[in-house]
Amino acid sequence: MNNLADPGPRKSNRSVLFQAVVVCLVMFGFGFAMVPLYRAFCNLTGINGRMAVVATETLAQSDLTRVITVQFVANRNQYLPWEFKPEVSSVQVHPGEIRTVTFFAHNLRDVPMVGRAVPSIAPGEAAKYLRKLECFCFNEQHFASGEARNMPVRFYIDPRIPPGIDTLTLSYTFFDASPQTTMVGDKTAAGS
Amino acid sequence: MICMRMRGVMESTLVAAAMTGAGIGSAHAGLRYNMPEGVSEISRSVYSLHMAMFWVCVAIGALVFGAMIYSIVRFRKSAGAQPANFHENTAIELIWTAIPFAILVIMTIPAAGLLIKMDDTSQSDMTIKITGYQWKWHYDYLDQDVSFFSALAQDSNAARQLGAQIDLKSVDHYLLNVDHPVVVPVGKKIRFLITSNDVIHSWWVSDLAVKKDAIPGFINEFWTRIDVPGIYRGQCAELCGRDHGFMPIVVEAKTPEDYAAWLDAQHAAKAQQTAMVNGAALAAAR
Amino acid sequence: MSEQVLGHDEHDHGPDPQFLRRWITTTNHKDLGALYLWFSLLMFLVGGAMALVIRAELFQPGMQLVRPEFFNQMTTMHALVMIFGGVMPAFVGLSNWLLPVMLGAPDMALPRLNNWGFWILPFAFTLLISTLFMPGGAPAGGWTMYPPLVLQTGLAFPFLIFSVHLLGVSSIMGGINVIATILNLRAPGMTLMKMPLFAWSWLITAFLIIAVMPVLAGAVTMLLMDKYFGTSFFNAAGGGDPVLFQHVFWFFGHPEVYILILPAFGIVSHIIPTFSRKPLFGHASMVYAMSAIAFLSFIVWAHHMFTVGLPLAAELFFMFATMLIAVPTGVKVFNWTATMWRGSLSFETPMLFALGFVFMFTIGGFSGLMLAMAPADFQYQDTYFVVAHFHYVLVPGAVYSIMAAVYFWLPKWTGHMYDERLGKLHFWLSTIGVNLTFFPMHFSGLAGMPRRIPDYALQFTTFNQISSVGAFMFGFSQLLFVYIVIKCVRGGEKATAQVWEGAEGLEWTLPSPPPYHSFTIPPLVT
Repeated sequence: MNNLADPGPRKSNRSVLFQAVVVCLVMFGFGFAMVPLYRAFCNLTGINGRMAVVATETLAQSDLTRVITVQFVANRNQYLPWEFKPEVSSVQVHPGEIRTVTFFAHNLRDVPMVGRAVPSIAPGEAAKYLRKLECFCFNEQHFASGEARNMPVRFYIDPRIPPGIDTLTLSYTFFDASPQTTMVGDKTAAGS
Repeated sequence: MICMRMRGVMESTLVAAAMTGAGIGSAHAGLRYNMPEGVSEISRSVYSLHMAMFWVCVAIGALVFGAMIYSIVRFRKSAGAQPANFHENTAIELIWTAIPFAILVIMTIPAAGLLIKMDDTSQSDMTIKITGYQWKWHYDYLDQDVSFFSALAQDSNAARQLGAQIDLKSVDHYLLNVDHPVVVPVGKKIRFLITSNDVIHSWWVSDLAVKKDAIPGFINEFWTRIDVPGIYRGQCAELCGRDHGFMPIVVEAKTPEDYAAWLDAQHAAKAQQTAMVNGAALAAAR
Repeated sequence: MSEQVLGHDEHDHGPDPQFLRRWITTTNHKDLGALYLWFSLLMFLVGGAMALVIRAELFQPGMQLVRPEFFNQMTTMHALVMIFGGVMPAFVGLSNWLLPVMLGAPDMALPRLNNWGFWILPFAFTLLISTLFMPGGAPAGGWTMYPPLVLQTGLAFPFLIFSVHLLGVSSIMGGINVIATILNLRAPGMTLMKMPLFAWSWLITAFLIIAVMPVLAGAVTMLLMDKYFGTSFFNAAGGGDPVLFQHVFWFFGHPEVYILILPAFGIVSHIIPTFSRKPLFGHASMVYAMSAIAFLSFIVWAHHMFTVGLPLAAELFFMFATMLIAVPTGVKVFNWTATMWRGSLSFETPMLFALGFVFMFTIGGFSGLMLAMAPADFQYQDTYFVVAHFHYVLVPGAVYSIMAAVYFWLPKWTGHMYDERLGKLHFWLSTIGVNLTFFPMHFSGLAGMPRRIPDYALQFTTFNQISSVGAFMFGFSQLLFVYIVIKCVRGGEKATAQVWEGAEGLEWTLPSPPPYHSFTIPPLVT
């Protein structure tokens, strides 16, 4: 029994405790680190269709042998009482060709509002081949009460897009980004 | 993958198991107890995969449970069994690690092939966008200027209230009926885009073997090609709040001609509505 | 750190005679083990009552008893209470009671941490269960807490998050204590490979706990920040992604599944050899299999998310990785079968529960194998097939192993034999009930019934009625279990030190019941 009373195990227990607590703290941090890791992973692989590739004007040759249908889809979140739609529902483009399309948005409230458009692309693999030169999703959009306007998107498709993809959907969801409103939750206790 | 004879055997066994296990008579003649084969090439492949895996499990189960039951019967102490003393055998341990591994690798080959097929949305004939709402669906036929909400049918909604005194058998497809079904043509590759307006929902029709989550701010896609005209029903499959159980899906698959007629009727109705609104506005202006 | 260990010479007295002070301030592993086990039994009954509310509403189509929002609260709370209150504390309680006596130690390595770890639990569950009485009710977004839905929770939300934090802290304390005890307090001569399998299973479990419970804490902290501090971790409007929460959650959630089952593997590996009167087949391969399962559990999480729209490559990877888990799990089942082969079997209650575990856990394993096939999973995901699957591995899996353990070691703990006749009755009633409840769920799920719905279409009626009848049968059978345990604690036929003819291990060298401080002189293991 005396061997249990020597400081050996006592010190050792402390160090096990210490090491385990360190592991816990590291893993707690890892939970948060998954946020940037996930984003980096998505950008790397282009999955999830959410990366906004800002392209420069320099551009490869157009590939006139291929035609890709680009569809435009507009959604708005439950908290944003706006009208929001693409001017045309789809266009046919050659890879490499620069096109401009517009989306129409109309603030139906009689107060100024700020909207933020979140892009999403289907199929996800196509996301990294859609290059945007100009997009209303790059910035928050300020609308006066009742204001309506057209907002442009200028883009081209990287000619390296895999041959299996013939249709690509560019979707925007407009969220309320007005400073005084809460974005999620606090509606009714709909979940309860 | 599974021949008809085996399928018949399986079905009768399952029914027998369900019925005897339950002690409930044959009151429910059309009792469904298995995944439907469905009405598309993909859904039939999914069904085959499901049944193949089921039979692999049954075979392994028969071996393992057989050995256990044999031990329980044969090596009882009360029957005078004397214990042996072996406790390892490297050869046999390697074998029963390697064989399941091989079976699994073999099973993943058709599964991976099918997954790749399901993932390929290219060369579609039309696109329908689905938006999930708490607690209804919205369908938007891209390029057709047709869109509508689809919510639980009124009679089901009345009957599902707490304490409603309505005979559920009198309700047409209780909880599986909607006011406006989504109408699609057979034989065409239909690409669906799906997103949500509020929380995560999931659009599931088991006859088509499609289930995809509707995620706010993101767009997902999937496809189907229905072979047989008919009405196919499904439900929301991701908990989305209070009325999660009350936002069914009804897909009405029509022949291309009937579908074209339906589309024309939708356009005509819309034109009429616009005219009426304009007329009313004109009248109001006067 | 440990006064029990340090000042051992002066500590040969028994427990504090004053009742409340004894139980609140105790640092004794047996007292705390008993507290953990009683607490988990209470939570098992509370969570079971919630399950019976669910099954009563689902007995027939139409809404008869509760509103949909309350139904969702029941499903959410049932899961949280059963996982964090029923199964995990029961395993921690068993580790407390058994590790020192199995390893030849006087007590756990960190007794005061042990006390703290237990006494956090009643507070955590008071917080959680109190939400039922709040305006807006308890959390109803499912135990998986997916945003944005969970962010619609009302007043209950911060209580949910804080109680999850507390439960995590409590589990981590339990886990650290197990690691310290196993690494430091083994009897001389007990090498790691000679260590009993229950200790092995808990060592692996404890590492899983300290690795993933903090990740859960991080995930729910991010939820809290999204709701109250305007961050956008999971909010698409601010550049976040709701699916990211699912990745973080299941990175915790899948290892959590093995936290709930690995100790069960350990328990069954003690009971089957005892009643087969034959050494466990493949002791070393059991250890390797458990380690392999624990490792694989970190790389399969997205199989819970096949329908969220993962890229093809990810779906293929997670499908392959998931199916790989079947290999080490299969090895364990084969080893148990080989242990029974050419043994000399008898069927006392612990053996019955252990055999029930192996049979029914294997059924749950088969449905798991089917679920692993991503294309077919699109049909199974979020249906009653999944409900059937995880209840087969958790109820006749984890819960049966806990009951087997209680029957197996109860004579050691109390010094009395339990009532064998009633124990067998309890087993058979439970087994019939549990299969009536969960087997038909495979059928209703395949036929198209989604999970977490308060009402269903008429075609699902038959199977739901069978399930409800079975659930009430299983639920009320557990009152018999409570009676058997209380009866055994209060008295009964004297148990010998050996208790079971074929039992092996240090715990059986101590008298029944063992002294307050288990091994004051460490035994020598050869």
